[in-house]
Amino acid sequence: MSQASMGLEEIQRAMASAVMMPLTADEDMRQHAPDGRAMTHVAAEFIAPNSRLTPFERLEIYNRQYWYRVLGALAEDFPAVRAVVGAKKFEALSVAYLAQHPSRSFTLRNLGSKLVEWLEAHPQFAGRRHALAVDMTRIEWAFVEAFDNPEHEPLTLEQIATLDADSRLAIQPHVRLMALNYAADEVTLSLHSREKRQASEAGVKHDDGEDAPVRLPRLRRRALWVAAHRVDLSVYYRRLEREEYLTLEAIRAGMPLGAALEAGFRDSRIPASGRPGRVSAWFGTWAELGWICTPDPGSLVRSQEG
Amino acid sequence: MQNRFNAFSNHGVGIGLRIPHYQHIFSRKPVVDWFEIISENFMIDAGRPLATLDRILEQYRVVQHGVSMYFGSVTAPDPEHLKRLKTLVRRTNTPWLSDHLCWGSVDGTYTHDLLPLPYTWEAVQRTAERVRMVQDYLEIPVAVENVSSYAAFTASEMTEWEFLNEVVERADCGILLDVNNIYVSAMNHEFNPMAYVNAVPAERVAQIHIAGHSKYEKYILDTHDHPVIDPVWELYARAIQRCGPTPTLLEWDDHIPSFDEVHAEAKKAERYLRHSEGAPSSAALTGAAQ
Repeated sequence: MSQASMGLEEIQRAMASAVMMPLTADEDMRQHAPDGRAMTHVAAEFIAPNSRLTPFERLEIYNRQYWYRVLGALAEDFPAVRAVVGAKKFEALSVAYLAQHPSRSFTLRNLGSKLVEWLEAHPQFAGRRHALAVDMTRIEWAFVEAFDNPEHEPLTLEQIATLDADSRLAIQPHVRLMALNYAADEVTLSLHSREKRQASEAGVKHDDGEDAPVRLPRLRRRALWVAAHRVDLSVYYRRLEREEYLTLEAIRAGMPLGAALEAGFRDSRIPASGRPGRVSAWFGTWAELGWICTPDPGSLVRSQEG
Repeated sequence: MQNRFNAFSNHGVGIGLRIPHYQHIFSRKPVVDWFEIISENFMIDAGRPLATLDRILEQYRVVQHGVSMYFGSVTAPDPEHLKRLKTLVRRTNTPWLSDHLCWGSVDGTYTHDLLPLPYTWEAVQRTAERVRMVQDYLEIPVAVENVSSYAAFTASEMTEWEFLNEVVERADCGILLDVNNIYVSAMNHEFNPMAYVNAVPAERVAQIHIAGHSKYEKYILDTHDHPVIDPVWELYARAIQRCGPTPTLLEWDDHIPSFDEVHAEAKKAERYLRHSEGAPSSAALTGAAQ
């Protein structure tokens, strides 16, 4: 294509494609584009040189800046995952993830929104700690969501007392429910504390000399259910019983309360006689934490009227 | 200069609101003319950032500055972005709003960088249309900021300042004149930065940015992690001479020192502003670009 024929759209597509192309191991721009063309040629099609820099070198500045920015953002959102898989491996993982899932949002806040699913499907990027890394990714992404997801008006104890089996409820968007394979909540919190100690006034410092994964005590695989949620602007983690987790998931999926409780106690070892007490205790806690709200403003009224 | 692009505000000298300074601000309540916030940090639904912003709004004037509107991108802006931005505008009552004269997204994929535009007539037209549309939607004055750049395009048909002037004229918007960005781009593209400052329509300058940068062997990078250097102060002095007292903001985004150090650096601008007070600006004398 000749230089003169490149319009604004073509220039932007060509530049975006070059800028988002992964760097070499030495953090240089690659010599060839994915279609095999020499990048010196690609750059010269739309970038002008100056007396010190070739078109390739000028484009390379933006290529590096892009990767430094997005890799830094992911490292900031997933410090515990980074510590557990090791800094180098985390960077390789991030590059592969971002190549498949570049940012589709105006805000970097959403950059890691697909990392859990991606990492589950790509175990080779996390090595022998894959299952733990997936759990920790779940926890750290839940933190991002619990931190600033919306909060609706919660149901009061009086409103909760009016609920029946047909009531449809909603869980606060900031409550993030997780089913884990390890006590990854404890590991994550302990690594976050370590990060905080290393933090400078200007933000989180990553010691890039520490490429190796962090040492961990031997962890036993066991099913665990955790909710990340926000109270007074801070994010907390709360462990749940399996039945409580399943009930909350069912409520969130839109089941009426009776069906949600049935789903929660399916295959449960809790005897039938003990279940009403459990449900009562859950609702007490949920009311205290403001976890339960209505799916839409009119629904509770309908439920109360019904 | 107080003008319709900054809602005739005489804001003085502000600094960027940054997390490492929150504790100092809330505990000491320092006297600061105004804070500039990065809009995207607060375009969220709930949580601590908005609660913090509300506390700041109780005591300080706030002006919004965006980093991802990408006026020059060929693909249409995300309606969700615009909606959230307008919600924030209503929350802050920002008298004007700024974002960059650049592009950064294609087909909904974001680079999160402020990429330079080719200075072509096609880019002038598309960018001005976008600025006008955003300004109409937000219902407040919009100022576009000149960016630092490291690459120039073979397709360019005019200088950067000619491009800026064409866009703001057609969009009928304001300018956030970043004199550090002018210096950085001038060094990277080998032009005279003072020629740029002298060519800007002074009556459209709503706000001025000052900042530090990092010098590398073959280029300068706009890093906002150093004090302002003397040649940039000289550009600032000339800008103030031309525009009159204009809301000024120091950007410091990396290796952020103490609040007092950042504020002291920003307040150096006051000596130029004081000097210009009482003296008619070039723009006021002629009512037109100099």
